[in-house]
Amino acid sequence: MAAPGQSRFVSQLKRYYALYTGGFIGFVVLLSILEQMGVPNKMLGYIFLGVTVLLYAGIGILSRTSDVAEYYVAGRRVPAFFNGMAVGADWMSAASFIGLAGTLYLSGYDGLAFVLGWTGGFVLVALLLAPYLRKFGQYTIPDFLGARYGGNIPRTIGVFAAILCSFTYVIAQIYGVGLITSRFTGLDFGTGVFVGLGSILVCSFLGGMRAVTWTQVAQYVILILAYMIPVIWLSVKHTGNPIPQVAYGYVLEKVTAREQVLNDPSTPEGAREAEVRSIFRQREKTVRDHLKALDAEGERYLASEKARLVKTVADLQARRDTDPKVLEAANRAVADFPADVATARRTWRREAEADREKSGPVMAHAEPFAGPDEATRDNKRKNFMALVLCLMVGTAALPHILMRFYTTTSVREARHSVFWSLFFISLLYLTAPALAVLAKYDVYTLLVGSSFSELPSWVSAWASVDKTLMNVTDINHDGIVQLAEITIGGDLIVLATPEIAGLPYVITALVAAGGLASALSTADGLMLTISNSLSHDVYYKMIDPKAPTGRRLFIAKALLLGVAVFAAYITSLKPGHILFLVGAAFSLAASAFFPALALGIFWKRANKTGAVLGMLGGLFTCMLYMYITYPFFGVNAPLWWDIDPISGGIFGILVGFVGVIAGSLLTAAPGKDLQNLVDQVRYPSLDGDSKL
Amino acid sequence: MQLKDKHKQYWQQNLRLTGVLLAIWFVVTFVVGWFARDLQSVTFLGFPLSFYMSAQGALLIYVALVGYYAYRMDKLDREYEVHERDQ
Repeated sequence: MAAPGQSRFVSQLKRYYALYTGGFIGFVVLLSILEQMGVPNKMLGYIFLGVTVLLYAGIGILSRTSDVAEYYVAGRRVPAFFNGMAVGADWMSAASFIGLAGTLYLSGYDGLAFVLGWTGGFVLVALLLAPYLRKFGQYTIPDFLGARYGGNIPRTIGVFAAILCSFTYVIAQIYGVGLITSRFTGLDFGTGVFVGLGSILVCSFLGGMRAVTWTQVAQYVILILAYMIPVIWLSVKHTGNPIPQVAYGYVLEKVTAREQVLNDPSTPEGAREAEVRSIFRQREKTVRDHLKALDAEGERYLASEKARLVKTVADLQARRDTDPKVLEAANRAVADFPADVATARRTWRREAEADREKSGPVMAHAEPFAGPDEATRDNKRKNFMALVLCLMVGTAALPHILMRFYTTTSVREARHSVFWSLFFISLLYLTAPALAVLAKYDVYTLLVGSSFSELPSWVSAWASVDKTLMNVTDINHDGIVQLAEITIGGDLIVLATPEIAGLPYVITALVAAGGLASALSTADGLMLTISNSLSHDVYYKMIDPKAPTGRRLFIAKALLLGVAVFAAYITSLKPGHILFLVGAAFSLAASAFFPALALGIFWKRANKTGAVLGMLGGLFTCMLYMYITYPFFGVNAPLWWDIDPISGGIFGILVGFVGVIAGSLLTAAPGKDLQNLVDQVRYPSLDGDSKL
Repeated sequence: MQLKDKHKQYWQQNLRLTGVLLAIWFVVTFVVGWFARDLQSVTFLGFPLSFYMSAQGALLIYVALVGYYAYRMDKLDREYEVHERDQ
């Protein structure tokens, strides 16, 4: 492409997106005027989500294409700055947008592993992969493996691994889409999933990578505005400083001071907290006694307990002066009583664990690896490090991210575009810890110590949505809220911040639209990766290399539709465990791809046997470790060196490197043509370049 | 094709730069993280230093590392005449 054409294209893009951003802000202002005029909240939610989803579909229709290079790599003319935004939206999923601040709220310093891992990985992308993959300049990541190591076996393993980790990840995204659409529009979960999916499809179906790119830029603008506005508002409210990232150090000091008061039984507030905690300790003991009796007597104990509860109800009914509320509670206890021994054991264990958590002192937000003894602290530190490493290496191995660097105009632009990507991503990741601290301060000062008769309206509103998200119960019957009496779910923090800060409902709708944008944009990128691997790598490269372009694109689109419907079906079964699904995708990608990709560029001696051995070994080790240790699968084997299942990638990466190195050294060096390919990839421009 | 000495030097320079930046990345992430408990008592801008590093400091350094690499490699490409000409 000639330089003047590209620079005109860039200035045109800048004008379009500046207009678009202005238009979007105008739209938010217009809706807030409508809110003042008394338009009901539910209506505002509908308009907000409806307009943004139509907008994405509109961009998809405008960018429709039937050109192969446009469909797979957006014509390779995406400027660094805009590719940065697209990577940002592609990268930041529902887990980042909704889940991250909540995780930080709940686990304090230890949650920062996600912040470090999801940003620091881009250093690896920039230094080890992006420029070289761009120089290689094909369409997918399996393409690189196939060309570098020769033959269809490395490519096939690449396709399998790409589909495995992208599919694991996409389920978590569609789940997020369903959650948001159902919560803010009142549609049921399944319908929400299919409505969201429709807009993903219109976009990627018509225009492939080209449509996805320009939609992702639009989605980035919405998601970053939606994330920043409530936090800036909170920051001004608490500190008078509109830059939350700078100001929250001061709020963190105050939160730390509050933690000390609440943990000190000699202060009146601390004494009340201690009282609630001792009630929880008592409850835990009762439940553990039940469990012990259950272990000893089994079925018989369960039957006698049930009979006792039924008798209580009968006694209450016999008396005339029974409070109807007490009777109702007794009836509920009978109805909720576990049906068999296995259920009873599971429910009671969960109860005991919940009570135990509530009976401990308030965790210090800023303290790293907090624990009662040295062994616990060391263990936490080790797992923190392992998780950070898995997330970072996984970042540098997830195909839907790496493939975005094929879309820039040159190697130089690819390097710059990693910089812009990390810049745009960091805006959100620098803000999330601030949001967690500001929200915590509000809860610790406004909610704790307030009276049960005048709880703010958002508390009851969210409690009615889901008890695990928000629940306040007067445990010690003093009419005052203690911290230990509050249960807050992580996913609530971002979605409820506007209400906690007392902002208009429009901002709540904006945040919902932002969360939807983050989930949709990531799902777009992932589904495209899956269908491209199938249509390009499997169909075109392996089954029918002579296929005409029309048929290739038709196959790509048909597969996309199939993948989407299948993913939606799996999601509607609610496999759950979102954070584990996301973490697993990273560990799997890190184990399967990173060693073969990085060594393929930096070590000429790496050959096909090594790549096959390393990729299969890494992937297998990681899958095996997750299967035997993650409770969901029910094997419950002992952990290796106390590493949590989510960080199983650490073993996979190690085996992957050993596999590539050992396999390569034991067999002959790769041929001259493959070594020449490595040289060509290493230099942005070299005499004898066959490509571009 | 045959690589000239100039090309080999370019690659060596690139490897050295990559190595240095990766070392900084490693120290900022893993060494600072390992000693996080010891850095708690130091205060920086009102934050405990360990919290600041993991929540902000490391991120700013990552952005700087990637930015510096892009800037430095642009110069290196031109110096060794391996830059893309049609830009």
